[in-house]
Amino acid sequence: MKNWLLFLILVLVFACSSDDKTETYEPTPLALNIPEIFEQNIISPVIPNNNPQTVEGVALGKKLFFDNKLSGDETMSCASCHSPQLAFTDNTATSDGIDGIFGTRNAMPLFNLAWNYGERFNWDGQALSLERQALEPVQNPIEMHANWEDVVLKLQNDPDYPELFRLAFKTSTITKELVTMAIAQFERTLISANSKFDKFLLGQATLTPQEQNGLNVFMDETRGDCFHCHGSPNNPLWTDNIFHNNGLDANFTDLGLGAVTGDSNDNGKFRSPSLRNLAYTAPYMHDGRFNTLDEVIEFYSTGLQDSPTVDSLMKKLDQGGVNLTTQDKADLKAFLLSLSDPSFLTNTDFQD
Amino acid sequence: MKKIFSLLAIIAALTFSSCSDDNDDNITLNTEAQTTFSFKHTWNDTEVTSADFNTIQYTNENGEMLSIERLRYVISDITFSRDGQDDIVFDIYNLVDVTNNNNTTLSLDENIPTGVYTNVSFTFGLDNEDNAENYIDLNTENFNVPEMLGGGYHYMQFDGKFINSSDAEQGFNYHAIRAVDNPGMNPTFPQDTFFEVNLGAVTITNNATFQVQMNIAEWFKSPNLWDLNQYNQMLMPNSTAQIMMYENGASVFSLENIIQ
Ligand code: HEC
Ligand code: HEC
Repeated sequence: MKNWLLFLILVLVFACSSDDKTETYEPTPLALNIPEIFEQNIISPVIPNNNPQTVEGVALGKKLFFDNKLSGDETMSCASCHSPQLAFTDNTATSDGIDGIFGTRNAMPLFNLAWNYGERFNWDGQALSLERQALEPVQNPIEMHANWEDVVLKLQNDPDYPELFRLAFKTSTITKELVTMAIAQFERTLISANSKFDKFLLGQATLTPQEQNGLNVFMDETRGDCFHCHGSPNNPLWTDNIFHNNGLDANFTDLGLGAVTGDSNDNGKFRSPSLRNLAYTAPYMHDGRFNTLDEVIEFYSTGLQDSPTVDSLMKKLDQGGVNLTTQDKADLKAFLLSLSDPSFLTNTDFQD
Repeated sequence: MKKIFSLLAIIAALTFSSCSDDNDDNITLNTEAQTTFSFKHTWNDTEVTSADFNTIQYTNENGEMLSIERLRYVISDITFSRDGQDDIVFDIYNLVDVTNNNNTTLSLDENIPTGVYTNVSFTFGLDNEDNAENYIDLNTENFNVPEMLGGGYHYMQFDGKFINSSDAEQGFNYHAIRAVDNPGMNPTFPQDTFFEVNLGAVTITNNATFQVQMNIAEWFKSPNLWDLNQYNQMLMPNSTAQIMMYENGASVFSLENIIQ
């Protein structure tokens, strides 16, 4: 009984104190702008409970994303490799960091990241959330080559940042975790769903006969059969966000997912990229080996390499692939390009 | 003050409900039961989980060695049949994903009356009506069938590799869908290829778990001896292959056990 009384008193105390509190500042919640085509077809995006989207958080994240202060010598920002004009990637096969040293992977375009339901980021799925992903490039010696303590100190001593952190997170004490939370909030707003093909699905555009045939090649199990991995009109992310070996190499120089899981069955597997915005994201594949979409299509048509982990969906490996006709290859390309969204490049919300 | 009242109300509700639960268990017989379906997978007598994937280690009836790399399928419309009363039908679907060990157990939302049932059944795949719906979770899983093949969803995706007649590893995609001819704007459907799996009569006295088993080897066995050298990939637009899958599917599922 005594415990009960104590409990009641405690409840009373808390209830009163919260009622008595004078108005406290709260950042303004900001709902993600979910495109109609996603709303109709796929489940809701993933937003971590401990990092809800807010107006102030997104604004801060955007400032940080474009700020050179995040790199060791203050010459590079996230946007150096993830440029809005290129659907948030760059145009080199691999990217060089502040010391001019090139990495081994192609910078990934950034869009529709909140719809990566498995939350395994990077080509090999190594980063387990957007927040954690953002920790890495800052301290990577061949990328921004900074030290988080220095970065946090710089931001703390900046005339503006402490107040911006207070507005976003109700504390002006900056930590690397808060920096990455703000960046992740901004990244989740990078939504691209306004391509010609999206408009076609919404009944606002028509496909050319070429694009229509290209879609058929994409969906036809006996021709392209791309849809088993890269989405479809019913899954307009245009990726399954799953790891596959699509037959690029007979021997791997980069083990991909295998290096992350330590399971040799995963060697040579990389996450299927979205086929949105290919018009702006060349070169292609995890190492940027193909400069053009024609090369990519030729690879799927005649260039497949066999290896123990090659996906069982890849066909006719002994003939290098499904040997598409010249017409089908051209039409497939036309269709793929209809998935590019020029308005994503010019959206002022995403510019510095 | 409001807060306290609602808290008290919750506490009271909790207290009462836990008391009444106790009473139920002690005094009255169960009049309702919760049912659960759990799906287990075997290659004949050997259990198969995703830990066994990616290794060529199974031999099918036709003598081809093979591995499993991916296995997922939809079951739907669980039905409890009774003498002299309406069937109890759960208009649901569930994607059993063996690769990721997801949804291999399905508990039905609503209880059923205890008693004697003449049959318990479910549908492998989706009947044509259900298959015409838009399921955003299945879209999200990339389980769709292209529009030119009639749209809707796969019933099953079963992928792996086998050793072909030239002694080389080759992929197979045993993808079951609604059989279809004339792919394109106006596809035609020669026959239905979803099927009902009957688990038989059962007396339900208590909460019950149906342990359903899929013997994967049966997909290759009878009545059609499956030759992977002939039927391996691009089977979706192949209605002959689809009808063979449908026929072989009849002996794939069995009820192992009911725990209640
Ligand atoms: C030097 C170039 C470079 C810089 C600078 C850089 N990135 Fe990247 N980014 C890459 C590369 C390369 C990858 C692919 C990494 C991999 O797969 O290992 C990548 C991958 C990513 C991904 C994963 C996307 C996905 O779909 O999985 C995100 C998110 C990302 N970067 C955000 C950032 C942020 C935030 C910053 C700034 C803090 C940043 N990047 C700075 C090159 C860079
Ligand atoms: C088995 C799954 C699978 C199939 C089928 C498949 N892809 Fe891919 N695709 C991938 C993976 C995985 C990657 C990334 C591979 C890498 O970089 O190592 C990729 C990469 C690509 C890229 C490069 C995108 C970029 O941003 O770098 C394009 C373009 C592409 N695929 C188009 C297609 C087309 C067209 C088809 C059908 C002809 C197809 N894919 C079939 C899995 C698949």
